[in-house]
Amino acid sequence: MGTPLDRLAARFTALLGRDSVIDDPVRLRTYECDGLTTHRASPGLVVLPETAEDVAAVVRDCVAAGVPYVARGSGTGLSGGALPRTDGVLIVTARMRRILEIDIPNQRAVVEPGVINLDVTRAVRPYGYYFAPDPSSQQICSVGGNVAENSGGAHCLKYGFTAHHVLSCEVVTPDGEIVELGEGPGYDLLGVFVGAEGTLGITTKITVRLTRVPETVQTLLAAFTSIEAGGTAVSAIIGAGVVPAAIEMMDALSIEAAEAAVGCGYPEGAAAVLIVELDGPASEVAHQFAEVERLCRDAGAFEVRIAADDAERALIWTGRKSAFAAVGRISPAYLVQDGVIPRTALPRVLARIDALSAASGVRVANVFHAGDGNLHPLVLFDDAEEGAAERAEEVSGAILDLCVEHGGSITGEHGVGVDKARYMPRMFTDTDLDTMQMVRCGFDPAGLCNPGKVFPTPRLCGEVPGVKKGPHPLVAEGKAELF
Amino acid sequence: MTAADPPRDRPSLLGDCVHCGFCLPTCPTYVLWGEEMDSPRGRIHLMAQREEGAPLSPEMAGHFDACLGCMACVTACPSGVQYDRLIEMTRAEVEAEHPRPLREKLLREAVFRLFPYRRRLRAVRGPLRLYQRSGLPALVRRSGVLERISPSLAAMERLAPPLGPAPRLPERVAARGTRRATVGMLTGCVQGEFFPGVNAATARVLALEGCDVVIPRDQGCCGALSLHSGRAEEAAAFARATIAAFEAVDVVVVNSAGCGSSMKDYADVLADDPAWARRAAALSAKTRDFAEFVDELGPRAERHPLPVTVAYHDACHLSHAQKIRSQPRRLLAGIPELAVREIADPDVCCGSAGTYNLFQPEAAARLGDRKAGSVRATDAELLVAANPGCSMQIATALRRQGADIAVAHTAQVLDASLRGLGRGALVGSDSSTDN
Repeated sequence: MGTPLDRLAARFTALLGRDSVIDDPVRLRTYECDGLTTHRASPGLVVLPETAEDVAAVVRDCVAAGVPYVARGSGTGLSGGALPRTDGVLIVTARMRRILEIDIPNQRAVVEPGVINLDVTRAVRPYGYYFAPDPSSQQICSVGGNVAENSGGAHCLKYGFTAHHVLSCEVVTPDGEIVELGEGPGYDLLGVFVGAEGTLGITTKITVRLTRVPETVQTLLAAFTSIEAGGTAVSAIIGAGVVPAAIEMMDALSIEAAEAAVGCGYPEGAAAVLIVELDGPASEVAHQFAEVERLCRDAGAFEVRIAADDAERALIWTGRKSAFAAVGRISPAYLVQDGVIPRTALPRVLARIDALSAASGVRVANVFHAGDGNLHPLVLFDDAEEGAAERAEEVSGAILDLCVEHGGSITGEHGVGVDKARYMPRMFTDTDLDTMQMVRCGFDPAGLCNPGKVFPTPRLCGEVPGVKKGPHPLVAEGKAELF
Repeated sequence: MTAADPPRDRPSLLGDCVHCGFCLPTCPTYVLWGEEMDSPRGRIHLMAQREEGAPLSPEMAGHFDACLGCMACVTACPSGVQYDRLIEMTRAEVEAEHPRPLREKLLREAVFRLFPYRRRLRAVRGPLRLYQRSGLPALVRRSGVLERISPSLAAMERLAPPLGPAPRLPERVAARGTRRATVGMLTGCVQGEFFPGVNAATARVLALEGCDVVIPRDQGCCGALSLHSGRAEEAAAFARATIAAFEAVDVVVVNSAGCGSSMKDYADVLADDPAWARRAAALSAKTRDFAEFVDELGPRAERHPLPVTVAYHDACHLSHAQKIRSQPRRLLAGIPELAVREIADPDVCCGSAGTYNLFQPEAAARLGDRKAGSVRATDAELLVAANPGCSMQIATALRRQGADIAVAHTAQVLDASLRGLGRGALVGSDSSTDN
């Protein structure tokens, strides 16, 4: 009868058809990693279901066979959240890509998980609306993946993360049941589910909130001779009570990379540039924009450029949006780090990163969502050089230590996945982690739903930490019961 | 990554891919099937497996064959991956190493021995025209007999445009008014035999805009079909002959996107041939797409009003391979009373892709249907495309959907405006694709 995976392959072929099951090694390997290529594992089996019922049936069969499974959307994640299991099934939602309903009066749309983020915006733009979460990969990342990772984007400073734009989710639970998690009385299970990195179930239908396209958008680019001056401007803007749609900062090395890739023409000699975007009612934006410009100049900006139209705005953003890929032009390989610090700690942390870089000889380019203190240091190395990757990895980890030390976090928006599970103990105690895993066990008692992610030491259900000392006093007194 | 860089080998080119996935939504086969191995990122992964020593299995070859070569991924890639070079190298490898079933081998041989040769194409024109005028096509399509013999054969039958007479162009067409330039003109194989009206319109527009047009009799196929199908040596031979045919002129105007793109690639095709490398580079440098050239030249002849609503289709080998998007739109918008509508998802290929609709008829038909649907959604009366393959493919899909939308080349629209023919010349009930 072969292995459990062989048996599952036969079952899924009968259920979904030959074209929806992949089981030959060459094809399977193309699924071995998502957007993070440093972790690879060829899945045991890939299925491409098209309905929630199919997903539920696949999950039920996996659980019955004791085989782990992982959900994957477009495969663009940067923490290895969709890293497959060699002994498991990869459930790909790329064929679940229908926009089921657009309800403009109620500002919502219902989509399947494989729908591409930007396609939601494209579908509702004619009505004057858009889907606010805008990760840099919005042209390809899936809404299901956005839900799993609670994705943000350049504009989440003002508009929030995916969690703030999801009204309900239909979910296939780890026992293969189809349930609806939404807003309403009782526990906020939707809040627990969004951002759980695919460990609590697989979403099969998402109701998203649509946001009205702002009346006006104004964008400026300010150039500074030091990172500190740029950081001061950021604090001054937020301190003045202005909530920009986005504040992005790039340092000299990332500017150099962007110039090499797209020739964005940022002011020469800038040690840092700040991109500030305001949106909203015209009168409010006009008033605040003048203030932002003044604050930038007060903080020492030697040049301020204001985008006169959409084309000029696009040009300003081109440099920033190309930055990650552009670094490939100045370095053979690089790691993208994702950490958070309090805004006010920016100059101090950057000075420490500089020192780290100088001491190790590893170059670090910095790009940040400066408004909410989300850093994206890009750690450069030459993969042909012996030991270079390890040194880069070390510097990258040390940067996360700096973030935690300054009261921040090991991830802002890329998620923990498999890549950062080992850093979780730097932020949380064992008790914290155990408590989180008890929540996980509540959803996934068999521990088969995307196992090995988020937590450094996985626990199984029933493996309650600590020593059991007889029944709970309330149970003994007959005031509570166990079920 | 400029043209001046030395040629890079496959492992180095593969290293440019950072696996970000930005290419996925622009890839026609990923759009159809949603599978990783039928996306550019997945195919690059398969190529990397080859580099590691994995054998070229029939499955793997199938995923490379399924690539349309539309180059939309090259436009979308933020890391500058040269997928066009990669798939070309890989196709050559597939041709050399992958044993094809007899039926497929015969079909491919037939296609590559027919389409690049004008005389052979002309020989099938007569019988095809007779066939089209008889009542047979309806009968054949209803019976599905060709479909049973070979889906590719059925695709060929459906795709052939209605044929009219094909007048021969003279070797030289004199400029009207003061001469502004002397240009060579490529007549192409399929363009010349199936769309003679496009060539005639191209020559007239060029002449009306003040160009002496030189149309060498001894020109043959540019080699595009061979080049884009991994038949490197055949492509090189066609390239040499084309270079020789056009050496006397300073500019070569090409009205077929696929041909123009391959001619602009001659410099790469013959880079390793010391006797031809310089001449190839010179030809690539002087090749211009029709719209690119006329736009560069600037309007001189009077544009007469043409009250038609047109949808402009970006041919992949024009938009992705040659980065020509604004020029044809500018030319169309310059015609009084003509309205240009945009087609949704302009970056996604129509499924024609050279020989694709012959070798992969099913996928091609689905892509054609998608494109036809997007074209119909514009409510335009006329579809304008600058590649004969696209014109046949979309016209066939529109016909399948029962839509009554005429199809023309940018040159035909300009020709109608310059000569003041009025809208009837393009969308009149008697109009056909080769008017």
